[in-house]
Amino acid sequence: MRRALGPIAVLLLLAGLDVALPRLINPYLFQIVVLCGINVILAVSLNLVNGFTGQFSIGHAGFMAVGAYGSAMFSLHVGQKWADALAAAHLPGAIATGLPLLAALLLGGLLAAAAGWLVGLPSLRLRGDYLAIVTLGFGEIIRVIITNVNAVGAARGLPGIPGWVDFFWVGLGVVAVIVVAVNLAHSTHGRALFAIRDDEVAAEALGVDTTRYKVLAFVYGAFFAGVAGGLFAHYLSYLNPNSFTFLKSIEVIAMVVLGGLGSISGSVLAAIILTLLPEVLRPVKDYRMVLYSLMLIVLMITRPGGLLGNRELRLPWRKRQTASGTGLA
Amino acid sequence: MSTFLQQLVNGITWGSVYALIALGYTMVYGILRLINFAHGDVYMLGAFVGLYTATWLRAGENPSLGHAAVVLLAAMLACGAIGIVIERAAYKPVRHSSRLSALITAIGVSLFLENGGVLLFGPDPRFFPQIVAAKIIPLGGGVTISNQQIIILGVSLALMFALRFIVLHTRVGKAMQAVSYSHTAASLMGISVDRIITFTFMLGSMLAAAAGVLVALQNPKIEPYMGVLPGLKAFVAAVLGGIGNIPGAVIGGLVMGVAEVLVTGYVSPTYRDAIAFVLLIVILLVRPAGILGKSQAEKV
Repeated sequence: MRRALGPIAVLLLLAGLDVALPRLINPYLFQIVVLCGINVILAVSLNLVNGFTGQFSIGHAGFMAVGAYGSAMFSLHVGQKWADALAAAHLPGAIATGLPLLAALLLGGLLAAAAGWLVGLPSLRLRGDYLAIVTLGFGEIIRVIITNVNAVGAARGLPGIPGWVDFFWVGLGVVAVIVVAVNLAHSTHGRALFAIRDDEVAAEALGVDTTRYKVLAFVYGAFFAGVAGGLFAHYLSYLNPNSFTFLKSIEVIAMVVLGGLGSISGSVLAAIILTLLPEVLRPVKDYRMVLYSLMLIVLMITRPGGLLGNRELRLPWRKRQTASGTGLA
Repeated sequence: MSTFLQQLVNGITWGSVYALIALGYTMVYGILRLINFAHGDVYMLGAFVGLYTATWLRAGENPSLGHAAVVLLAAMLACGAIGIVIERAAYKPVRHSSRLSALITAIGVSLFLENGGVLLFGPDPRFFPQIVAAKIIPLGGGVTISNQQIIILGVSLALMFALRFIVLHTRVGKAMQAVSYSHTAASLMGISVDRIITFTFMLGSMLAAAAGVLVALQNPKIEPYMGVLPGLKAFVAAVLGGIGNIPGAVIGGLVMGVAEVLVTGYVSPTYRDAIAFVLLIVILLVRPAGILGKSQAEKV
C-alpha cells in the first residue's frame, strides 16, 4: 500500500495542476510550460546516451520526428476512431481521449526506439565523432524522407492531429523519464553505462557487454525522444518537417551539456532555462538570438562542466548515497 | 552518355567547393579534435564580404578578372582575420575543457554568426553582382563548361596546391603537422602551439571564404543561413575522406559533389540533401575511419 502512495500522489498532483494551471496563467505562459516539459523529456533522454554512456549522439531530433509522425499517423487513422467509440460509450472525455493518446505515445516511442536500435548498431564499429556523424546523418535522412513523402504531408506539414495533450500528459511524461533515468542510474544497467563512459576498455575487460549496453542506451534515449515527439504532435495539432532540423538536435545537446553531462537534475534545469531564455529575451527583438548565442558561449567558457557538473540537485531533507560515477566524458 | 559527362563536370565543380570547405574542417579537427561548426558560417561571411567589396568596386558594372581577384582576396583576408578572432575569443578559453563543451561553444559561435548576419545583412536573400561575364565553352560531345566553372575549378585547385605546399614544405606547415601529432611534444620542441592553432584557423577560414565567393559566382543568391547545409555536408565530406587527413578532405568533397549532382540528375532533386548522409553511413560501415583514414588500434 505504501508503495502505491507515491504514484497516486503524483497522479493527483498532476491532475490538480492540469485543472489549475490554465486558470492561473495565460495561454502564452501555459504554452511555454508545456514546451519546457517536452524539452525536459528530450534533454533527460539524450542525457541517457550522451551523459550516462558517453556516446555522442547529435541526431536526437530525428528520433523525436519518428515518434511525432508515428504517433500522429496512428491518431489520425486509428486513434480518432477509438476516441469516437469510447466517447459513444459514454466514458468521460479524459478517458476517451486519454486511452488512444497513451497508445499513440507508446507507439511513437516504440517506433523511435526501433530507430534508436538501428542507429545504435553502428556503434559496434564506430567510436566518438564518427558515431556522432552517423546519428547526424540519420536525423537528416529522416527529415528529408518526411519532406518527400506525401502520405505524411511532405513539406506542407501534417495538420489536423487531435490536440489531446494537456498539462497532465506532459507532466506524466516528465515524471516517467525522470523516474526511469534515476532508477537506471542506480541499477546494474546504469552502472554498466557509467563504466562504459568512464573507460570503455576497462569496462569490457571487467565483463560488461559494451555493445549491448551502448545499443540499449540508444534504445532508451530514442524511446523517450519519441514520446516527447508524440506529445509535441498532439499538443500543437500540426507537424512540420522544419521542426526537426539539425538545430533542434543542437538545442537538446546544449541543454544536456549546459546542465552537466550525466546530471539528471542538471538536464531538467538547463532544459527549462534554455526554453525560457529566448522567451525572456523577446523584448530585445532582433538581438534575441544573438544574445542567446552569446550567453551560450559565455556559459560554456565560464562553466565548461555545465551548471551542475555531474552532481545532482538534492532535496535538503533527503539524504541518499551518491548517484552517478566520477569524471566527465 | 553526354548528359552523364555533363553531370560529372558539374559534380566535380561543385565537389571542389565542398573540398575547399572540408579542408578547413579537417585541419582544425586534425589539430584540436574539434568539430568547428562555425566553419560553414565563415563561408557565408566570405560570400558577404565578397558582395560588399564587389559593390564598393562596382565590379558588377564592368566585370573583369582583376576585379574578381580583388573580391576574392578581400573576402579571404577578412575571413582569415575573423577566423583568428573566433579562435582567440571563443575557442581558446575552452581548449582544456571537455570536448563536448568545446563543441557547444562552436555551436554558439555558429548561431552567433548566423543571427549576427541576419542583423547586419538583413534576413532576405541578397544578390551577388555578376563580377565575371558568363560564357559557355563547349568541350565537345555535347558537354559544356562555363567560364565560371573553370574559375571555380582553377581557383580551388590553386588553393589546394598552395595549402599542400604550406603544410609539407614550410616551417609553419611542419609545425602544424607536429602539433597535430602531439601538443606536448610540439611545445617541447619550441613550437608555439597557440600560434600554430591560430594560424590553422586562419588558413581554414581563408579557404572557406574563397569557397563562399566562388559559389556566389555561380549561385548569386546569398543569405545569412546559406552556410548551414553546405557546412554540414562539407564536414561529412571531411569525415568521408578520413577526418584530419588533407588529401582525404579533397577526395571526400569530390565524391560528395559528384554523388549529389548524379542524384539530382537521375533520381530526384528533393533527395539531394539525403544522399550525402546515406553515402556517409554506407562508407563508414565499410571503412570506419573514412576512405583515406587510418584506423588506429586502441592503446590500453
